[in-house]
This record gives sequence, structure tokens and C-alpha cells, in this order.
Amino acid sequence: MFDNFPLWPDKASTAAGNVDALFIFLVIVSGMMTLLIFTAVVYFAARYRRQQGVQAEQIEGSIPLELTWSIIPLGVFMAIFFWGAVVYFKGRTPPRDSTEVYVVAKQWMWKLEHAEGQREINELHVPVGRDVKLIMTSQDVIHSFYVPAFRMKQDVLPGRYTVAWFRATKPGTYHLFCAEYCGTQHSGMIGSIVVQEPAQYEAWMSGGTTGPLSATGEKIFAELGCVTCHRSDTQGRGPNLQGVFGMPVQLEDGRMVTADENYLRESILDPGAKIVKGFKPVMPTFQGIVSEEQLNALVAYVKSLSKPGTPGPKTAEAAPSKAPAKGSQVE
Amino acid sequence: MSMATATAQPVERVNYLNKEYGVWSWLLTTDHKRIALLYLLSITFFFFIGGFFALMIRLELLTPAGDLVQADTYNKLFTMHGMVMIFFFLIPSIPAVLGNFLVPMMIGAKDLAFPRVNLLSWYLYIIGAIMMLHCMLTGGVDTGWTFYTPFSTAFTNTKIVEAGLAIFIAGFSSILTGLNFIVTIHRMRAPGMTWSRLPLFIWAHYATSIIQILGTPVVAITIVLVAVERTLHLGIFDPKLGGDPLLFQHLFWFYSHPAVYIMILPSMGIVSEIIACFARKRIFGYSFVAISSISIAVFGFLVWAHHMFVAGISVYAALVFSLLSYSVAVPSAVKVFNWTATLYKGSIRYDAPMLYAFGFLGLFTIGGLTGLFLACLGIDVHVTDTYFVVAHFHYIMVGGALMGYLGGMHFWWPKISGKLYPEGWARLAALIVFIGFNLTFFPQFILGYVGMPRRYYQYPQEFQVLNVLSTAGATVLGVGYLLPMIYFLWSMRYGKPAPDNPWNAAGLEWKTPSPPTTYNFEEEPVVTWEAYNYDEIDAAHKEEVPVAG
Amino acid sequence: MAAVHSEAHGETHNPALLHHFATEEQQRDASSFGMWIFLATEVMFFGGLFCAYLIYRRWYFGDFAAASKSIDAFLGGTNTAVLICSSLTVVLAIWAAQTARRALMIIMLLLTMLFGLAFLGIKAVEYKQKFDEHHVPGASFSFEHESIPGHPDQYANPRHAQIFFALYFVMTGLHALHMIVGLGIFAWLLWMAWKGRFTPEYHTPLEIGGLYWHFVDIVWIYLFPLLYLIDRHP
Repeated sequence: MFDNFPLWPDKASTAAGNVDALFIFLVIVSGMMTLLIFTAVVYFAARYRRQQGVQAEQIEGSIPLELTWSIIPLGVFMAIFFWGAVVYFKGRTPPRDSTEVYVVAKQWMWKLEHAEGQREINELHVPVGRDVKLIMTSQDVIHSFYVPAFRMKQDVLPGRYTVAWFRATKPGTYHLFCAEYCGTQHSGMIGSIVVQEPAQYEAWMSGGTTGPLSATGEKIFAELGCVTCHRSDTQGRGPNLQGVFGMPVQLEDGRMVTADENYLRESILDPGAKIVKGFKPVMPTFQGIVSEEQLNALVAYVKSLSKPGTPGPKTAEAAPSKAPAKGSQVE
Repeated sequence: MSMATATAQPVERVNYLNKEYGVWSWLLTTDHKRIALLYLLSITFFFFIGGFFALMIRLELLTPAGDLVQADTYNKLFTMHGMVMIFFFLIPSIPAVLGNFLVPMMIGAKDLAFPRVNLLSWYLYIIGAIMMLHCMLTGGVDTGWTFYTPFSTAFTNTKIVEAGLAIFIAGFSSILTGLNFIVTIHRMRAPGMTWSRLPLFIWAHYATSIIQILGTPVVAITIVLVAVERTLHLGIFDPKLGGDPLLFQHLFWFYSHPAVYIMILPSMGIVSEIIACFARKRIFGYSFVAISSISIAVFGFLVWAHHMFVAGISVYAALVFSLLSYSVAVPSAVKVFNWTATLYKGSIRYDAPMLYAFGFLGLFTIGGLTGLFLACLGIDVHVTDTYFVVAHFHYIMVGGALMGYLGGMHFWWPKISGKLYPEGWARLAALIVFIGFNLTFFPQFILGYVGMPRRYYQYPQEFQVLNVLSTAGATVLGVGYLLPMIYFLWSMRYGKPAPDNPWNAAGLEWKTPSPPTTYNFEEEPVVTWEAYNYDEIDAAHKEEVPVAG
Repeated sequence: MAAVHSEAHGETHNPALLHHFATEEQQRDASSFGMWIFLATEVMFFGGLFCAYLIYRRWYFGDFAAASKSIDAFLGGTNTAVLICSSLTVVLAIWAAQTARRALMIIMLLLTMLFGLAFLGIKAVEYKQKFDEHHVPGASFSFEHESIPGHPDQYANPRHAQIFFALYFVMTGLHALHMIVGLGIFAWLLWMAWKGRFTPEYHTPLEIGGLYWHFVDIVWIYLFPLLYLIDRHP
């Protein structure tokens, strides 16, 4: 609205409209309730001001009134809860085939890596109209990835991945804030989300040179010797990772878990925590050996093994792989 | 004891204030009223310290750049503001001052069940307070009052263990006060003072005490775990060692959410007393208000993870806690409706306590309604950890709890001090507080929605105007708080002597002299009337005009 | 204060009756109630630890089982028996007070304290064992190549084992601290008993001290199986 005196944040994502609608509804409901109470209090205070000879009337109460003003608010609250829950559920369920960006937060900066390989610091370029899923972790303390214009916020934790997603609707540059106090430069941990028209975005993308994240991951997979045990046949000492991502995994203690990003991460850092049925607990831990960025690359690589048409892990002497087909991206 | 002959001055009766003089008669007292005053001095001192930190914060936030203090200093300022205001001012305030003073009198008892434990409570508070002061003077803490891990356990060099220990000790002060109140209310009621005849102030303190005894130990053990982790690097909260930082948050909020009800329930009790007195009628829906207090205490224990909706908890957990958070809103709303309904066909006077009660009604309504925003998952994702939350909790704690406290201090000041405060100044102060408060904190709702995060000492340029408005309001608010300090002190020397019951209020405490004697009642009262029997009182006092300043 | 007191009431009563109470019964009820509430706060205090323990135990069951195997269940079991006996002697001390058996009361109080000291002594032995085995969390912690019970080919994760030991020391340490306070309380009760302060009509401090002692006992009865007996097989 006003430049120096904003009364409303920018609206730049699909979620923003939903959140704003909910907010406005609550403002109206609260406004009405506030007006009701204020009016009643002011009116009663004036109308029943102390006068000579007029006694107060002792009214014990009224059960019908109590029930009314308990049940109606409860009903309104339940409606608000339900609407809010729907919006929240949508906001926490990234669509399939979202473009993925890995985020590593550290005191006091944001490190981002697109699946295609581009790296950014404190800035994230995204195209308009594309679902973007952020897979985030912290190197040190808890941070929080907050983009007011997208009405999106998710804490970023050390030791695990948290996930958030958005679809930008309006080109522009929007604030990225850290919203969980993290030390000295917490208020300096600011960046921008740069939303571009698709054509501009493609142009920006082609400027990158590293190659996709999953390719980096494949290299690390070979360098660290993972490929020795995790072969693409059934002879390996470790489970075949082809197609494992996103699928249920039966563990040796009988539990069934889904192989999501956190499962992959845990399997690398703490392999003894969940042993796949039929395998021995011989995998060494890579805690302290891989950095967060390398972990992200490995996770991206294993995920790429679940995309249709991707070849399995090559043996240790193989040449570095080419980029996976662009067709594995959305549209 | 002075025995005056025929003079213009009234004879100075022996009361709890002049019965004994000397520092030791105060420091070793077991009289609940003297202990209340000891607390009054202590918490007022800390209010000013916390207020000073607030002033510094608002001054820094006048400009977008971090130019008044360094980043680390600012981080310490908001941390200490929170810790001091919550643990050393708000949580003790009403229970330890007005609760201690009034609970025994309201139920017709000579003292609390455990007077020596009461004194111990104060000493524990003082020990904790001194430790906290020392901690602040020798470097302070910079974790935020919520001291989340792993920042507090592994990434900061500030004095966490000392601050934690100070809060731990002060926590036991709170626990013992709660314990004392529960036993007192159960076992020391005068004959005829049945549960349904208890003033709502007592119900409110009973509910508060339940929270104090059940919740505080959990934050105590959490502090122990943080201290142990910090000194011995045990890994209970450190992900690198297999620990879970979210476990800390669950343990922390399990207490700290009910803690906010510790801060608001007593204030609600005061509002009930004031509105009944100045509308001259029984509170509408007495039993519903009483039950609501207990419900808030119970339900308050079930909602803690609404502070963690974006922290990484599962969607299903978030749904459950959001649903439960709405259920705890209902009893609070019910109370506001009942207080408003009490005004209907009342006979209302606008003395200062009543102005504070009106202010409470307005500000608590707004604060409570904004709680609905935060309990709403879809909205919370956007506004959590922003100034929206800061505005919300200040509306409740300052607009609600503090207004109630000030209203109570004015209402019972004649009883406590034997003097009347100057009514004109008091009404002015109430108005200034109300205006200053709204000016300070309403802009923060907007700031929060447009995206300004909490605990920021530098911010984008476009947030400046709202910040400046907020700081301007804070200066007005400050004046509003200074005024009562000044005129209460003034009244102790120059105020008109107060009659035993200047307001013709209901309640056993008004049947004692102003100020009361050490043992409150000459003879144990026998209660044969319901609470808030204003019809009987007014019938008896038909010709009298209530005394006001 | 005493002078004002007899002025006001003009009757005699047990000097232990405090002035703000109307009757001895009220004082007794209030004291007992107060102790129960205090114990409720203690339940919440330990409860936080139990909560943390249960969560980690569920997550890292195998590692916790391996760590649990390394603490001495025989010593722990002995300590359990010691505490149960000490609660018996407390009950007997109270019965002795109720039936005006001063000598028995004093003996039982002494025995209680002896049992308490025995408990602490055995605890010290256990702690020393853990220290020698480098199982005390911190810089010199080591828990390599300990296999998980029932999975001989799998080693426990030392980091998770360290969390077990951290909780073990904090929980048993906090408990031991409460025992020490309990010993202090009983020393004071013993002194009061020796001075003849307890009669069949008045022995409230004994009762509430006993409540406290029983509570500390019960905490141990939960601690013992949770910490010492994970996945134990004969």
C-alpha cells in the first residue's frame, strides 16, 4: 500500500490469498465481537450510571444465556479451526513433482542449492507459477525460513530436514527473513526471493555451471564408496537404492517406515537406527564425514534413482554421470 | 502504640504496619500482610528494571538501523526484559502481593496455612532476584526468555546457567505460594464460608495455584537439563549427539503456556471484585465464572504446542493442539460476557478501580480475540514469530494482567495503607495508561502481519513508521505508570485516612479496620450471607454516600 | 505472642498448635494436605525427566537396552529392597509414636536413616563402577563395541548410549539428592523424637516426613525397572 507505511504485505503466492481471506474473516468476526462488547460496556456504563434512589437489580444469571454464549462462540471457533486447518494442511503438503531447492541455514546466512545445481547465498530465484519445495536443514541452531509475501514460514532444524513449499504468483523481489532467534545477527539473516517470469528464469538458470545436485551426489556416492554395498542388483551388502525414495520400507524389527528425505539422511548419519529387513547392521556412520551440502547432494541423488528412466548407480570406476533428463522436472 | 488525647488527628490504632518497627520485624515477619508488602517493593523494583529494558528496546527500534546499541546488547535487552517481566514481575505480582494480602482475610482466616513457608517464598524470590541481577550486571543472557536449544546449550557464551538457576529458585517461590493458597482455601475458611460463597478472587487464585504447583516443576527440571547439558555436554537436546531440540520446546512450553494463565487468572479475579462493587451487584453467572477459572487452568495444560505449529511438529499434532486451543478460548469469552452482563441494570460509578476494570474488559477482549488468530493454523504460519504475537501477548499481559493489578492496587489501597489515593489523578492515570497502551501495541499487530519478525533490532525501512508510532505510545504508557508510583507514595504521607470500607464493598476483608490488625479479625467471622450481597449492603447504607477522593 | 494468645483464648492446648489455626485437627489436616501437594509438585518435577527418558527409550531402544545391561541390576535390586525396608521402618516409627512407644520409635527412625545411608553407599559404589568404565557422559565417555541385547552382530550407537547415561545420572542423581534431604529431615525428626516432642496426640512432623520418605521410595521403584531392567533376560 503506502511505501513507508505498509498496512498489508505483498501478495505473491497462491497461499497468500487463502491466508488473507482467513485473516480478513477473523478481523471481521473479532471486529464485530469487539464492537459488541465495547458498545455494551459503554452503553451499560452510561445508561446505568449511579443515580440517587435507583438500586442495582440483583440478577443471578441465566443458564440459557450462558449456554448461548458458550455454544455459539464454540461453533464459530470450530469453523475458524476447520478453515485454518484446511489452509494449513495444504500449506504443509508439497505437491508432487515440485521443483526442489535444498536450503542450508547457518548463523547468519541462507545457503540454497537448486536441484539443477545453481547455488545461491541469501537469495532464491524462482519462476512464477511453479511449485517449489524447500528441503531445509540447519548447520547449527534453529532458524526459520519466512517469506511474508508468500505467507509461508517453516522452522529449520539442525539434525533433520523440514519441508516447505510455495507457488509464486507475481514477479518481484520479496523479503526473506529468519524468524527464529538464532544469535547475534539474527536480524541480519535477511535475503530475498526473486520471482521471475519463466523466460527470465530459464535465462538465469543457464548461467549456472555446476551441474545438477543429483550429479554431485552421484559423484560423492562413488567417492565415499557407497556404491560398493548399495549395488543396483541384489548382491550388495546394502539395500538396492533404485526406486527406494518415497516407498515404504520394512525394517528388521518389524516396523514399516516411509523412505522420505529424513529417512535417507538418518540412514547416512545413523545407519544403526533403522536396519532394513534381511540386511546386517554393517553400514558405517558418515556423521562428521559429510557436510550438510554433501548430504543434500546425496539425498538428491538417491531421490533421482526413483525417477522413471534413470539408470542405477554405476560402479566405482565409472565416469561422472550426465545430468538427468530435464523431463523429470515439472512441465 | 501512641495514645493520643483530644487532638485533630484520629487515634492511631495498632495495626499490622505500626505494631512493630524495625528492619527485623519486617524481614522476619510471618504476617501475610507484611510479606505482601515485601513482595510489593520487590516486584515494583523489577518492574522498573524490566521497564527500563523495554524503553531501550523501543528507542533502538525508532530507526531501521541498529544504531543505538550493538546487536548482542539488543539481544540481551529483549531477553532480560522478558525474563524479568515474566518471572520477577508478572508471575508473582498479583498472587504474591494482593493474593497474600487478601486471601486469608477474604475467607475469614488469621493468616495463610503456612506463614513461615510464605516468608520462605519471599526469600526464595529475593535469592533468585539477586542472582538474576548479578547475572544481568555481569553480562546477562542473550537467548530470548524462551532459551531454545541448541542455541542456549551449545552456541552462546552468555550466563545461561546463572540465569536459569535464578529462575529455578524463583520458581520454587511460586510453587510454595501456590501450595500455601490451596491448603489455605481448602482448610482455613471461616465457618459458613462455603465454596459457593467464596469471592471470585479466591476462585481465581485457587485456579492459579493449581497451575503454579503442577506446571512450574516442569520448567524447573527443564532448566536443570539445560544447565546439565551446557556444563557437561550430555546431548539430551543436541542433534549431533542424537538429542532432540524439539523435546526442549515441548518441556518448556508445557509450563510456559499454563504460565500465561498464572499471569491472567488473578487479574480476572480482581476484575470480578471491582465490577461487582462498582456496579453494586453480584457478578452475573457467578458459578459459571468460577467454573471457567478452573476450566482455564485445566485446559491450559493441554494446549502448549500451539507455540510450535511451525517448529517441525507433525501436521496431526498441530491439528490437535489448534482444536484444543479453541476450547480454552471459550471459558475466557464466557467470563467477558458475564462481566459485561453484570453491568446491566447495575448502579455504576466510575472510580479509578472501575476505570481499570473497563480498560481490562476492552484490552483483554482484543488480546483474547487475537489469540484466536494465533490458534488458527492457517494464519499462525504467517504471523508466528512476528510482532503480531508480541502485540497479542502484551495486550493480555499488560492490557489485561497489569490493568487488573493496577485496578486492584487502587481498590484495596485504602485497606492496605489506611490512606486514600487522590481520585482525580488516579482517573487521569488510568486514561493515560489506556491510551498509551493502545498506541504502543496496536501498531504492532499491523507490523506483524506485514512481516516484521520478533527480536529484530534492525529492520527494512518500510517498517519504520509503525515502529515510531509504537515507541511514541510507549512514552505515554511510561507516564501512565509513573503517576501511580508517585501518588501512592504521596498518599502514604499526605493521603486522607481511609475508613474501614470506603467503597461499601462486600467481602470479609472490608470488615477489618483500614489498615487491618496483625491477626485480621477480633473474632472468627461466621458467614451467613452469599458473596456480593450488595442488595443487603446498600439497603443498610441507604443514606450514606460512598467515600471517594 | 504467647501472651496475647492465652489472653485471647484463655485455654490450654498443645504448645505445638500454631496461632493461626483454630484447632489441632485443622493444623494436622493442613500440614498433611500441604505435604501431599508438595509431593504432587515433585511428581511433576521427576515427571519431566521420566518423559524425556520414555521418549528416547522408544526411539533408541536397542542402544538403551545395551546401556542398561551395563548397569548393575543386582546392586539396583538390593537398593530397592533397602528402600522398601526403610519405608517399613518409617511406618513402624509412626505406629510407635501413635502407641507411645518412644524407644521403638527412636530405633525405627535410626534404622530408617541407616537404610538411607546404605542406599547412598550402594549408589556410590555403582557410580564409581560407571566412572571406572568410562560410562560417565562427558569428554572421557566411551561405549564402543557393546552389542545390543538380542542382536549380537549389532553394536550400540555410543551417542545414544550417552543419552541413556546422561538421563541415568540426572535421574538417579536427583533421586539421591532427595534421599540426602530426606536424611536431613529424619535427623531432625530423630532429634525431635529424642526430645520427647512426639505424643500419640501430636506427631504430625513424623507423618509428613514419612510421606516424603515414601515418595522418594516410590520414585525409586519406578526408576529401577525403567533404568535397570530394559530387555533383561535371565
